[in-house]
Amino acid sequence: MTADPGAPQTVAEPESRAGRQIRAIAARHPRRWVATVLVIYLTVALIHAAITNPNLDWGVVTRNMFHGFVLRGVVNTLWLTFLSMVVGVVLGTLLAVMRLSPVRIISGAAWVYIWFFRGTPVFVQLLFWGSIAALTGQRVNVHIPLTGIVLFHASITNLVPPLVAAVLGLGLNEGAYMAEIVRAGILSVGEGQTEAAASLGMTRLKTMRLVVLPQAMRVIIPPTGNETIGMLKTTSLVGATIAYPELTYVVTQVYAVNFLIIPWLLIASIWYLIMTSVLTFGQYYVERFFARGGAQTLPPTPLQRLRALFERTFTTIHAPEATGPLGGIFRRR
Amino acid sequence: MSGLEAPRPMVKAEGVYKSFGRLEVLKGVDLEVMPGEVVVIIGPSGGGKSTFLRCINHLEKINAGRLWVDGELVGYRQKGDKLHELPDKEVAYKRSEIGMVFQSFNLFPHMTATENVMVAPVQVKGENKSQARERARTILERVGLAAKADVYPARLSGGQQQRVAIARALAMQPKLMLFDEPTSALDPELVGEVLDVMRELAESGMTMIVVTHEIGFAREVGDALLFMAEGVIVEFGKPREMVANPQHERTQQFLSKVL
Repeated sequence: MTADPGAPQTVAEPESRAGRQIRAIAARHPRRWVATVLVIYLTVALIHAAITNPNLDWGVVTRNMFHGFVLRGVVNTLWLTFLSMVVGVVLGTLLAVMRLSPVRIISGAAWVYIWFFRGTPVFVQLLFWGSIAALTGQRVNVHIPLTGIVLFHASITNLVPPLVAAVLGLGLNEGAYMAEIVRAGILSVGEGQTEAAASLGMTRLKTMRLVVLPQAMRVIIPPTGNETIGMLKTTSLVGATIAYPELTYVVTQVYAVNFLIIPWLLIASIWYLIMTSVLTFGQYYVERFFARGGAQTLPPTPLQRLRALFERTFTTIHAPEATGPLGGIFRRR
Repeated sequence: MSGLEAPRPMVKAEGVYKSFGRLEVLKGVDLEVMPGEVVVIIGPSGGGKSTFLRCINHLEKINAGRLWVDGELVGYRQKGDKLHELPDKEVAYKRSEIGMVFQSFNLFPHMTATENVMVAPVQVKGENKSQARERARTILERVGLAAKADVYPARLSGGQQQRVAIARALAMQPKLMLFDEPTSALDPELVGEVLDVMRELAESGMTMIVVTHEIGFAREVGDALLFMAEGVIVEFGKPREMVANPQHERTQQFLSKVL
């Protein structure tokens, strides 16, 4: 812009700005085209193979997706995931606070706990719990034909019933991981916050509950969502260690009888995908809730994004490809 | 001070000493602040001003000397010639009677302005929620923020945040207010609104200890001015006289740079 001495420079007229806009033919990217075609070809080929492969037996899959056993397995898996995560989160919070305690013995105890449970495979831990459940139980049925699963409802009389064993096994292990996540969250809250709370006369406990933890949630929630999704999948180990009829256990019992291994594993896989997808969706909204008071405007919800995509697709924007010195590099998000 | 009984100082320090490891921050501070007095502390950074303030409400423990607030030892109880550390609960209670305003505001970001102001009365004093809310609104009005009552701190300017922070401290009805460089993190144009609130507070008779670089405020509002450097009070006196005619060389140096 050439400065006009005397007259104060005002913002350029929209018209003149449009006149200066660059109109250029977009650069070509032949390699991108080759790669795109290749990916599309491979995807189609894979889907085709999956559909036509007789081994996958989609008929069995579709017929049994909502089989009573499958549904019960799904419900049990969700229940097991929920209970184990509750144990894990409560225990993890406790351990995290313990680890930050000025008393050496207390922080040391938490450290040893975390060291032990993170240092041994969860599968091995579950085998321990399974053997305890088996020891004190009457007799744990391995020999279950399709109908036998119902039997487990009667095993409440056991000292450690399979569900309790499974929840303890998964929850105690999860507590160790959650402890580190919660601790990271607590440490992420600035010292000024605890000082402000202290200067108002809050005790340590009140400061933790009212000031620190609510803010720590923003850091704690995303990895906890990952943990929950991980837990949902880890429950599949329970079937092999503690005779509790979660989804994988049910499926293995069925194909042990009818030998339709692949289609029944597909049923389980599809259900796991459905469940993890729902959890991912839920996690998103929980994160938004705890982001309140944040400086940034919240990202759009999936629904809002869908609407925006719809609007973008059906409103043609006549704009040149390159709009700035950086060209179209940041065009895509 | 011509009453029958000499009034008890709100804050009294005798040879207060504090070190962080080998770093000596306070090397014997003596001070008396009478009720209703506004004492302004100035001095170079690292001179111990903030640390001294933080000792008064026991955010820092002193290593030697004695410190009283309203006639009671800070953080300890004396039995015979032995000092007993106060349990956390009592320390917390003592702190609840002293308001503190920080340089970086330290508002609770997950609470609205009103919630920030009412949380301590409700949670610490056990005040009724609706009553505390109403009182919070009144105090926010007093600091000129009635319109921002339901806004989260992130949406407030620095000056507004600091005024909420003052309101939050006032909600506990403190007998003493400590200000730790309350305007140092503010844009120059926002300093005035915070100082105005502080001036009004001083006029209402609040006992205040203010660490600041605002010499103008010290001159107009302060009853006493302290110049602190290298962990000791180098000079103190009436603000106007001291600013106009500092006696100590170190004070002269400092003031010539600040003014």
